[in-house]
Amino acid sequence: MAGKEPVVEMTGITVEFPGVRALDSVGLRLWPGEVHTIMGENGAGKSTLIKALTGVYKVDAGEITVAGESTRFTGPGDAQRSGISTVYQEVNLCENLSIGENVMLGNETRGAFGIRWAKTHDRARLVLQELGLGHLDPRAPLSSLSLAVQQLVAIARSIVSNTRVLILDEPTSSLDANEVEVLFGVMRTLRDKGVAILFVSHFLDQVYAISDRLTVLRNGQFVGEYLTHEINRSELIAQMIGKDLSSLKGMEHARELDQNAPREEFARLDGVGAKGIIEPTTLTLNKGEVLGFAGLLGSGRTELARLITGADRADTGTISIGGKPVRLRTPDAAIAQRIAFTSENRRDEGIIGDLSVRENLVLAVQAKRGWLRRVSRKEADALVETYIKRLNVRPADPDRPIKNLSGGNQQKVVLGRWLATEPELLVLDEPTRGIDVGAKSEISEVILELAGKGLSVVFISSELEEVVRLSDRIAVLRDHRLIAELVNGPDVDVESIVKTIAEEEAA
Amino acid sequence: MSTTLTRPRPTAAQPARRGRGSLLDALPTIASVAILLLMFVYGEAAYGKIFQYNTISNLFINSSYLIILAVGMTFVILTGGIDLSVGSVIAVSSLTGVFMANAGLPVVIVIPVTILVGSLFGLMSGVLVQYFNVQPFIATLAMMFLARGIASIMATTPVRLDDDSSFRSLSEPIKLIDGPKTNDLVVTPSVIIMILVVVAAVLVLKRTRFGRTVYAIGGAENSAGLMGLPVARTKLWVYLISGTLAGLAAVVYTSRTGIAQNVTGVGWELDAIAAVVIGGTMLTGGYGFVLGSVVGALVIGMMTLLITRDGTVPPEATTIITGGILLVFVLLQRVVLLRKKKKA
Repeated sequence: MAGKEPVVEMTGITVEFPGVRALDSVGLRLWPGEVHTIMGENGAGKSTLIKALTGVYKVDAGEITVAGESTRFTGPGDAQRSGISTVYQEVNLCENLSIGENVMLGNETRGAFGIRWAKTHDRARLVLQELGLGHLDPRAPLSSLSLAVQQLVAIARSIVSNTRVLILDEPTSSLDANEVEVLFGVMRTLRDKGVAILFVSHFLDQVYAISDRLTVLRNGQFVGEYLTHEINRSELIAQMIGKDLSSLKGMEHARELDQNAPREEFARLDGVGAKGIIEPTTLTLNKGEVLGFAGLLGSGRTELARLITGADRADTGTISIGGKPVRLRTPDAAIAQRIAFTSENRRDEGIIGDLSVRENLVLAVQAKRGWLRRVSRKEADALVETYIKRLNVRPADPDRPIKNLSGGNQQKVVLGRWLATEPELLVLDEPTRGIDVGAKSEISEVILELAGKGLSVVFISSELEEVVRLSDRIAVLRDHRLIAELVNGPDVDVESIVKTIAEEEAA
Repeated sequence: MSTTLTRPRPTAAQPARRGRGSLLDALPTIASVAILLLMFVYGEAAYGKIFQYNTISNLFINSSYLIILAVGMTFVILTGGIDLSVGSVIAVSSLTGVFMANAGLPVVIVIPVTILVGSLFGLMSGVLVQYFNVQPFIATLAMMFLARGIASIMATTPVRLDDDSSFRSLSEPIKLIDGPKTNDLVVTPSVIIMILVVVAAVLVLKRTRFGRTVYAIGGAENSAGLMGLPVARTKLWVYLISGTLAGLAAVVYTSRTGIAQNVTGVGWELDAIAAVVIGGTMLTGGYGFVLGSVVGALVIGMMTLLITRDGTVPPEATTIITGGILLVFVLLQRVVLLRKKKKA
């Protein structure tokens, strides 16, 4: 591979969205005959980088060269004409058209009287055969296929035109193991023909199985480019989450508890899962215990939390509380079971920006009580005073619109809102994200204090050291699956969790 | 190597189900053909003189402008849009045509300009929809009011086309088969134009990339864009086609009646939409056929014919019956859609 010129080279790519810099001076090089994977957590900028290349998003700064020529594509069609095809995570095909037409759309065989359908469908059949899909009838409607097969049809579509660069944006998320093998076979064939393949996947096993080269992004920034055989899994994860492994050692546990003390069960999940979101999970939540969820972004930890709290519906398994099965179809039902949930998306699912601190604080109490029994001003004031003081909300002004508070103080108000409902289970998804160190430690203290009083707490954070420090037990998730449960102790630290995540699944 | 995804999934090796889906797609159109045939049979049995040359000729002559409108509307609805402006555009176009013809301009200028007036409104709708991101309903509603207003400024009383105007030649009957008495099979140049429009539209939708892009946009506009299809250009063209065909419908209508009025075409956009929907095109876009819309327009024409023949049905009932048929077809579409979802 040495000596060749990259077919695509992106340098200093910056993409800004209103208020956010989605990519900050990111580079990427693609060589012909190579599978190149972009790695990074959700939100690291992988998809943005692809869309910047294909012209879906406007590039604010930087240089894109294709085969040595400086280029800016105006859109996917333009990129395709230069031989750059993309297959997206969601199947972007038209269900109202036939399989063959979806493969050939825009590349139909034409004659004097327009499109020649017989020839077009023959060509589609040949292309599908190349991908091992020869059994499909090109004239059958696309809607007769499962999503997974549709995804393979989308790939067939991308190789119809003379493709030099094939971009696969998380194409495997809807495929099963056999289908992934078929896909990898196709990728290897194309690679050997000299096509440059840009691959995005969350699945470490897949990345190591197929890629020759890796580019790691984090928070919209370029972290590094590595040859796959030169970097091991733990190092890679450390690069993705931005922590030096050696610095992660020696974190102390905040709680010195007798781990062997018997715990009273609050709730139990039995095979709770939702198709395509989180695999069936069995887990116990104990009173007086902080249960941490550890895993990369996108590993399924938020999804699991949402099933526990009625924010999303599980389609398998049962949740029982105090031994009795309950149905948590809505957050409302969960609130009635004294389950409280603060979402990771504080801005959209947490605060209501234009309402005051007071109004935000009493929302959940009011909701729990029902709209006919209004929380009186006196009660509201009492609640607000209690929680502002207890959580140290600053400024301590209940009439200020909450959007004018800092993130940490907003989070405290949201936490107070739920504490006011006197929950027995508190599920906190990323309560410390994007807030300053002081507020972080205050929130941590409150969590520990609550657990000390017998509350069951689920704590989710991307910062593994925080999870290790606060949790009594740690549920490790990967690829939408619970892969391990660790009882926190002296031998559990960030490194051992990273190792657990990185471990190749025992076959 | 073992992959991390091991949950059971339907396998790739699914047998292809040939044709079944497309039969379901065509079901509403097949139903409308059945209804049309039923109307013929009922009419023949109840009133007689339906299966004869002059009745059929008149049906086509009287329906030609609606068929042309419905063809244009089919393009728009296939992309998932709607064009409410066509009725009002006919008023402006036809007034423009009559004024120009009466001013003595040659017909080779009058007819193209009349059509281009329609194109202009279509273009404006298209620009509003595509580049200003206005909902098609609102954009074409605005055009509808604008056009109707302009028509009222142009004339508030009916304007007659001069009797000797060559404009009228488009409605000169051409006898194809000379039957007994007045029972002749007759076409007019307008009918021939209508047939040409239908044939061209069928070919464009079936056999050109533009036509297939129209279907792709109706199926999934976002996907069509990501597949690299020229979505913006196609949507612009679709409204342009609808407007242009409205201009053409104005020519056909005016040549037959010889009168242009500011209230010409009130509600015709709804007749055209009804024809398209009865013909089996999904209002959400993506599914449907031009020939279906032709059948739909003929169903509406046939209904008027039967009601006239009957004589006891008050004219007000026409709209009720149209509404009833439309309702049946919309419900049929829902059923088809639900069946499809179940299959998926």
